[in-house]
Amino acid sequence: MKRILPIVLVVATAVLMGIALARPGSARGIVGVEAGTPMAGLTPKASSPEQAINNLLGNVQGRHWDLAFEGVSKTSGIDEAAFIQDWKGSDGSLRAFSALEGFEPRPLHITNDAAEMRVHLHWATPVGPMQDVRDIHLVREGDVWRAVWPKVQIPNVPAQVIPVTYLRWDLVSGSSEDHWGSRNVDAPNVRIISMNAVDTAEGAVVMGEVVNEDTIPAFVTVNATLVDAAGNSIDEESSFDKIDHVLLPKQVTPYRVDFPNISLKNVKNVRMDEKASLVPASADPVIGVMNQKLDSDAQGKAVLHGDLFNQSGETVNIPHVIAAFYDGNGKIVWVADGYVDQALLPQSSEPFAVEIPKSMTAKIQNFHVVVNQYSLGRS
Amino acid sequence: MRRCFLILAALCSIALLLALCSAQELRVPETSTAGDDATVSSTGSGKGTLYLVGPGISHKSDVDLGEDIHIPGKDLHNAGAYLVIVCSSSCESGTLYVTPAKPYSLAFIVHPSRVPVGRNNSISGVAFPFDQYRNLIRAPATVNFELNAGKESLLSQSDRTQQGAAWFRASSGRSAGTVQVNASVDDISAKRAVQQVASDPCNLRITGGRTKNGIEVQTEPVHDCAGNPVPDGTIVTFTGEGPQGKVTVDAPIKQGIARAQMEAKGEETISVASGVVMGNELRIGAQP
Repeated sequence: MKRILPIVLVVATAVLMGIALARPGSARGIVGVEAGTPMAGLTPKASSPEQAINNLLGNVQGRHWDLAFEGVSKTSGIDEAAFIQDWKGSDGSLRAFSALEGFEPRPLHITNDAAEMRVHLHWATPVGPMQDVRDIHLVREGDVWRAVWPKVQIPNVPAQVIPVTYLRWDLVSGSSEDHWGSRNVDAPNVRIISMNAVDTAEGAVVMGEVVNEDTIPAFVTVNATLVDAAGNSIDEESSFDKIDHVLLPKQVTPYRVDFPNISLKNVKNVRMDEKASLVPASADPVIGVMNQKLDSDAQGKAVLHGDLFNQSGETVNIPHVIAAFYDGNGKIVWVADGYVDQALLPQSSEPFAVEIPKSMTAKIQNFHVVVNQYSLGRS
Repeated sequence: MRRCFLILAALCSIALLLALCSAQELRVPETSTAGDDATVSSTGSGKGTLYLVGPGISHKSDVDLGEDIHIPGKDLHNAGAYLVIVCSSSCESGTLYVTPAKPYSLAFIVHPSRVPVGRNNSISGVAFPFDQYRNLIRAPATVNFELNAGKESLLSQSDRTQQGAAWFRASSGRSAGTVQVNASVDDISAKRAVQQVASDPCNLRITGGRTKNGIEVQTEPVHDCAGNPVPDGTIVTFTGEGPQGKVTVDAPIKQGIARAQMEAKGEETISVASGVVMGNELRIGAQP
């Protein structure tokens, strides 16, 4: 009897270890241990497309690049450095600060020698959780399945000199010895030019556009307060990152303020409050938004997609797209945003896509896209 | 609580001193000017004690009764009512009202610091005269306001202060640049500057053509309706519509002109806007 309990414990531990090693993709959020760390020689053989995807993404999650790349077919034509860059990001992009938190593979089509898998990737990023969908083609090579990884188009920026008429606004604060009223500089003059409130499944949404009517840059935030019939405040929220905060003179940005779990039925009035302050800013970089089209993605969701083209000579680390959608009368009906996880190199393009709720797609007749940008080492 | 008790005790002491006042006589002038010496005459003889209680000051000194008592100007800097009490065997008191001295400085606030050209009643200013001891001069005084944009005079008017303040309203001129705003009282003046800036763009027009990389469009020099160049950095939005989809570029004006590159191979219709102002439309044919 004394020996039975230790034996049972040892066997149970071994079984649990075996189960854990056989399912690397399901390993999530292990504190203190790199998630999905495989032991050499113990990674299950990729005898099925599902197993191959689990092995590959499990190794990507654990950042075991050599092992992950072993799961890529040699016919892919991609080298390991490009494969790693595809997952790790570069140039201070959003991907470079993100981690693959989990993944859910689903088979789309499987034959004896080839398979098509759709993988939902869950990323943890500095701007919140992000979802991505990838369709991965797999082939059987002998008794092992491997992914055919598409060749990554890494923008090759040639060495060049791009002349820039540098345009920048700096802010000089007056000294404290100045007389009262002698050195006052007024805050920029900004104005909300449109506003609409709609109910969604997640709650009430207040959206619109704001313009900087001044001749200097402005740092703008828009706050909205929902008021009930008795004049009491129900909730107050701000536009947070669903606005281009730094507005150059005459620039227009959409904004969106979300009120989760609140219905407009209880709302009598919406109080808007736009705040603007002086801010140093630069007129560069200029980012063009090319080939914008409303379309459906692989999952059948309505998206606005296009390409961002950096017309300047400096790298934009994290591009952020904010789109306003209008009905046939020019009334704003929705505002959506999305981050691009690759850096936008000088004179190069990156694709973007912004999802539109199904309930809105029928109303949308027109749209306007603005690009917000975050560059490392710059105000 | 402790402070209230101290104040109460002080008031009681003063009341007690006043109650004892009966023997000698005290003549206190009704008014004096801030910073000037004041003279109080008393009757009686022997030594007494002078108490001076006023705005921001309380003072005690020994005096000779029957002689003029001089209160130095340094004790009368702050305008307002002062209580003068002289005590020996009994106490006598009087009130001295100190008025501000002549104007020494002018607090002058002008709003806004930037204003678009051609706006009615868009510039306002208010002036407060103070004496050298920072007392607000509430007696009516004449303030002269002058607004000059270069050689052009936008305003020249005189206003009397009311309760220590005088103000003006003026329309902005038609030319961008600095407006000098001057307020003066006697030989005292204060200067401020208001930047007149171009208003919204007017007659926004674009030209453009195909290049090997797509389409390049540019505005003609951008001016407002008064002919002032719109400042560099102002955003001009170019929007192209074509078979490849929509193209948008927010380009800043640089050296008076905004330029944008568009990647488009098909026929494009390009429109332009700046803020809420629309410009012309341009059609560019497909790449041959």
